[in-house]
Amino acid sequence: MDNSTINPYLPEEAMIIERIQEGPDLFTLRLELTNPAFQSSYTFQPGQFNMLYLYGVGEIPISIVSDPENSQIIDHTIRVVGRVTKGFAKLKTGDRIGIRGPYGQGWPMLESQHKDIVIITGGLGCAPAVSMINYIEQRRDSFARLNIIQGVKHCCDLIWKERYEKWSTLPNTKVLLAADSGEAIWPWHIGPVTALFDQLEFEPENVVVMMCGPEGMMHVVCDHMLDRCVPASQLFLSMERNMQCAIGHCGHCQYGDQFICKDGPVFSYDKIRKLFKTKGF
Amino acid sequence: MNRDTKYLPRESLQKLIDAVISKGYECIGPQESDGTIIYKQLTSINQLPQGISASQAPGSYTLSSNASQMYFDWANGPQAIKPLLFTPREKLWQSEQSTNGELLFKAAEDDVQPIAIIGVRACDIAAMRIQDLHFLQQQFIDPYYKIRRENLLTIAINCGHPADTCFCHSTGDGPFVDDGADIVLTELEQGFLIHPQSSSGEDLLTHLTLEYITVPQTNEATSIKDKASKQNRRLPELDIKTHLIDEINNDAWHSIATNCLSCGNCTSVCPTCFCHSESDMAELSGMTSEHYREWDSCFTQGHSQIHGITIRSEVSQRYRQWLTHKFSSWYEQYGRSGCVGCGRCITWCPVGIDVIESITQVVDRRHG
Repeated sequence: MDNSTINPYLPEEAMIIERIQEGPDLFTLRLELTNPAFQSSYTFQPGQFNMLYLYGVGEIPISIVSDPENSQIIDHTIRVVGRVTKGFAKLKTGDRIGIRGPYGQGWPMLESQHKDIVIITGGLGCAPAVSMINYIEQRRDSFARLNIIQGVKHCCDLIWKERYEKWSTLPNTKVLLAADSGEAIWPWHIGPVTALFDQLEFEPENVVVMMCGPEGMMHVVCDHMLDRCVPASQLFLSMERNMQCAIGHCGHCQYGDQFICKDGPVFSYDKIRKLFKTKGF
Repeated sequence: MNRDTKYLPRESLQKLIDAVISKGYECIGPQESDGTIIYKQLTSINQLPQGISASQAPGSYTLSSNASQMYFDWANGPQAIKPLLFTPREKLWQSEQSTNGELLFKAAEDDVQPIAIIGVRACDIAAMRIQDLHFLQQQFIDPYYKIRRENLLTIAINCGHPADTCFCHSTGDGPFVDDGADIVLTELEQGFLIHPQSSSGEDLLTHLTLEYITVPQTNEATSIKDKASKQNRRLPELDIKTHLIDEINNDAWHSIATNCLSCGNCTSVCPTCFCHSESDMAELSGMTSEHYREWDSCFTQGHSQIHGITIRSEVSQRYRQWLTHKFSSWYEQYGRSGCVGCGRCITWCPVGIDVIESITQVVDRRHG
């Protein structure tokens, strides 16, 4: 589309075609654009996000978790934290919201083909990674070994338990879960997620590591991977900052010279390494 | 001297204003108001701040009268072009909710009055070109900025009287306007040298009776430029871009922040700062909600807030964000520094923090 005539700030109407409660404070809105022309031209990549608008309240960036192959159905998994998400939580099937996007650079799916894949997520950081895991699941033969690690604080924080169980049955796939604290029924590792890293199997010169979650966790992952001789350019992180416009104008999401909204949210580690361990950027 | 340069007698400046207005522009020019010189609607040369000079220092700005007949014998006030193109608060769009819950989104009306601004300085022309890069020449084009920019005519004045806080010569942006305005004036003792820098400027000048310039006039302009280029304040001649980002863990940030009030005055008066936030204003009827944007500042707590966490909770982190962005990251983003040397952040800082001193503090304390 010609950039000089479109208004990149203007949302389009979308309808909630399904609402799925994922956990106590977590739900998925399944959306469909109501304008057929926009619906048929809408495409996205795993790791990209949309700006979702709640009528009368405001807009927030939310990553897309559904499969890009079926881009007419757009799933967003949302945790209740602020004004907009509280409002979204009350919506039901048939309600309308505003949507614009998709924005940003997603996961390097094409570049990762035929390589070992390591996916490490923490807390609710798994949401932006789900679309990528689904993508690999649908095209399992195009990738080599698949390692999935997810860490949570408490065992009851784990969402999508069934999905992890299903993923663990995929060929050539290892799923490792950890909870800092757990109960007797938790069948996986209890303790820091970092303790699982040594179980990862990959060829350092032929691996892509993709991670999402608390920055402290991602620091540890990056250090571990560099120690195992994985190049910084093969480590990918999904970053989060305040975003208002999503088009590189409002300035909030700047991370050094990068705009997380348009240069990210997924970055290779070498792009952001300089600032990554300093607080306040 | 530009070969299209002509001479405009002082009393003919009114004819330039008249020509601008007859072309359908609203003319905006400098006027004394509330103890400063600000830009507002101008119809007569009598409204201009004739015989006024401005004395500026860190945290201080004072106007005084002098015996001069000159109209532009003062250095920049708090603002010039930025609020005209990137407005402090504006409606972007509105959403209308029908009774069955359908939503309709409508962009704000774009009927923009053409504006001609007279008397802007080289630093502000340079800042406008930086904002053009940000809003018009990236992946996404800002339609609100674009329509105002297309309807703006700039009549700049080569700066003959920089303030003590100015350092445009060391950033390479002034005191004279090399490029980017529509018309450029140089104020001499008796009148103005005038030349166009765009086709709109050329067109406008055909409506005026201009005289050929003389050698003494050319010499006078040269000596004005030489004098105005001798600015006491200048950026350290070091690789500031690299040093600042290498020194993000330097202790100097904390000592600078001890004085900083985190008020955001510097970002408000900075002609290149572009941060803005967006918000919704729902009407009481419940059927319409308007979506606005307004200037924001990296010195506010909210600027870096994300789901309950404040990334830059400390003032030192906010000051560092501002300075490293302006003088370092900006190069990667826009191919140059984000500072045009206007000195406003120094003058209008309520505690007189001097951006050059801050840079010097950090780079002087650099490790190794």
